[in-house]
Amino acid sequence: MDVLSHYLSLAIDSIFIQNILLASFLGMCSFLAISKKVETSFGLGLAVIFVNGITVPMNWLIHKYLLVPGALSWTGLAAVSDVDLSFLTFITFIATIAAMVQLVEMILDKFSPTLYQALGIFLPLIAVNCAILGSSLFMVERNYNFSESIVYGVSAGFGFFLAITTMATIRYKLKYSNVPDGLKGLGIAMILTGLISMAYMSFSGINL
Amino acid sequence: MANKNLPIFTDPISENNPITKQVLGICSALAVTVKLDTAIVMTMALMFVLVFSNVIIAALRSYIPFKVRIIVMLTIIAALVILADQVLKAFLFDISKQLSVFVGLIITNCIVMGRAEAFAMQNTVKDSAIDGLGNGLGYGVILILVSTFREILGSGSFFGFQVIPQFIYDQGYANNGLMLLAPGAFIVLGLIIWAQRTIIGFKEEN
Repeated sequence: MDVLSHYLSLAIDSIFIQNILLASFLGMCSFLAISKKVETSFGLGLAVIFVNGITVPMNWLIHKYLLVPGALSWTGLAAVSDVDLSFLTFITFIATIAAMVQLVEMILDKFSPTLYQALGIFLPLIAVNCAILGSSLFMVERNYNFSESIVYGVSAGFGFFLAITTMATIRYKLKYSNVPDGLKGLGIAMILTGLISMAYMSFSGINL
Repeated sequence: MANKNLPIFTDPISENNPITKQVLGICSALAVTVKLDTAIVMTMALMFVLVFSNVIIAALRSYIPFKVRIIVMLTIIAALVILADQVLKAFLFDISKQLSVFVGLIITNCIVMGRAEAFAMQNTVKDSAIDGLGNGLGYGVILILVSTFREILGSGSFFGFQVIPQFIYDQGYANNGLMLLAPGAFIVLGLIIWAQRTIIGFKEEN
């Protein structure tokens, strides 16, 4: 029971309180560009949950068994047992993400054409989405263990999904309102995001 | 010659600003602007990466096969970001701790990729260097503006020095804590975008 509530509180925390987009500002570029349409935001949100759920645990394994000081000791070779490769973190993470995205794209194309149709165009975009790289880097900074990193990956993606669909629905209504010229588009989108993020802040009192 | 190069340099600072007009690199613009010193260090790190990635990519532009250009660019950018991160960790450890993951996120900062793709792949090394410098400065101007507002309104200080005198606090004035949190960043940047677009008379069709 204790274990379950620990994971539940981690999930709630990363979906609502430490929302990857509204509290850590990651993934803003695609958030602003895509949230003009409800259907596409829904697709991108799903793709982010999917890819994040795979890449964060994947990067956890790579970080643990290849990069941290002494990580290579499982090879049994004395020469490499205390090598510190942690300076390569960024480049390996981004390479893993790009490779995983490519792999996911190929697997989906082969086994689930309908899902591929739905997510297809968003998958390449995701490789350079800061939310994906950001959650892998946060995973390292916060010292999650393997199962925590799975929960964190999925729920950070879900947080992004919630934020982008909320924004898309609000922007849909916005088409019918009279916004000052200079504020149209990006300006009003930023202010709306600020208001949504203020709403999400009210979750921060929750103590699980 | 100066006439030809000047627009490449000045355009991104005002008219064609990477943040307010091209909508690139917003993530880091918001996250590092709680205080001025982090904003300035972040600008310098980004400028370094942007200028050198533009120069390297422009120099290699006729050798990079079109199909694999994204991965080549990512590798060049990631290598430069590692350099910047290691230098920051060595010389400015406190600030690098505050910037936390955001130095690493320069890799996926759309400004760097965007300028490499849109400018450095088609232009000479010299023009690309100037373009990198200009876009870096344009990014810096917005970062410094946002962080000035946030630091003065949020903690009553400027560059770490107290600028709002004590007697105003005695009258019942209080720092606006919201400015230090996420919503403050979004709203300040939104208002700056409004002001800048009104001045240059740019209007987005929507």
